[in-house]
Amino acid sequence: MSAVAAIEVPSRAATHAGDASLDEALLALALRQADSPLVLAQRLCEWIGKAPILEEDIAQANVGLDLVGQARLWYAYAGEIEVRMGRVARGEDDFAFRRDASAFRNVLLVEQPNGDFAHTIVRQFLFDAAQHLALDALARSRDARVAAIAAKAAKEVDYHVERSADWVVRLGDGTAESHERMQRALDALWPYTGELFDADATDLALAEAGFGVDPRTLAAQWRETVDAVLADATLARPADGYVQRGGRDGRHSEHLGHLLCELQFLQRAYPDARW
Amino acid sequence: MSTDTATPPRAEWPLWEIFIRSQHGLAHKHVGSLHAADAAMAVKNARDVYTRRNEGVSIWVVRAADIHASAPGDKAALFDPANDKVYRHPTFFPMPDEVKHL
Repeated sequence: MSAVAAIEVPSRAATHAGDASLDEALLALALRQADSPLVLAQRLCEWIGKAPILEEDIAQANVGLDLVGQARLWYAYAGEIEVRMGRVARGEDDFAFRRDASAFRNVLLVEQPNGDFAHTIVRQFLFDAAQHLALDALARSRDARVAAIAAKAAKEVDYHVERSADWVVRLGDGTAESHERMQRALDALWPYTGELFDADATDLALAEAGFGVDPRTLAAQWRETVDAVLADATLARPADGYVQRGGRDGRHSEHLGHLLCELQFLQRAYPDARW
Repeated sequence: MSTDTATPPRAEWPLWEIFIRSQHGLAHKHVGSLHAADAAMAVKNARDVYTRRNEGVSIWVVRAADIHASAPGDKAALFDPANDKVYRHPTFFPMPDEVKHL
């Protein structure tokens, strides 16, 4: 992850120069946007070598690599924000490999274990559909860097959501067994979807300033997309109940620690190792 | 397969031959094959398997079973007669440098 990111991004619009609290909020936004794709990418790469078919093995890894690329852009920007706030410079690797679970800001949904292929697909679709909307909105951010990174990532997520939705329909409306597995996965993961549309003071401050988006405003459209796909897939949308939340504030399920163990092992055991 | 199970036998997905056009103006070229349940999935799989390194601008997929090939045993009858007819080859014409991909 040490090579320079291959994207030209314009420098930040000078609309909030010197506003420290806004920088703090932008930093939070960058880390939240970075951590979810990174953690999900790690999950997807767990399938390498054992996906149901060879073609899917490659496809999962492709999506994972897209997500790592997105995480890198956001980490690079987070590092720049920290520097302009007068903090010690951190690079992509520092963010990915040198933080503990409680410093990660990903949503709980993406750290949930792969389970069977149905769980992996449902998790992917629920996340893709939300991420697609969030990135489209962020692409209109008044912060030029946020807008540029979001616009690039949105193009990739356009394909991800098309792909995962396609699988949801195929498996939901497939055999009796695939249908049952998909419904089970949907029921299990549904409580984690509420967090995708939580808004805290940071979100609201960014939305107010035109730099971010209030996630609550995306919920209705997400639900419309999800309902349409679930209808095609002959799957029933679970009832809304208890919402599992906390990931965006660093309170994670036990799964993240184990995931990071694997993700961070090399840099923890052999600091600054390179290849 | 035993008959007392409710699960139907799992058939392998059909094989698809993949053709990629690498740039405008060129023809689609055979690049390989893959398995997929239907044409739509074959196109998606082809995108992931064969265009990851920016190889293509267009994908064709064809069911392998729909391709009819000449029989290897007919090789002599089909192709040998052309061997001694050099006058059919356009080697005697100078080609302008600007004409590419011939």
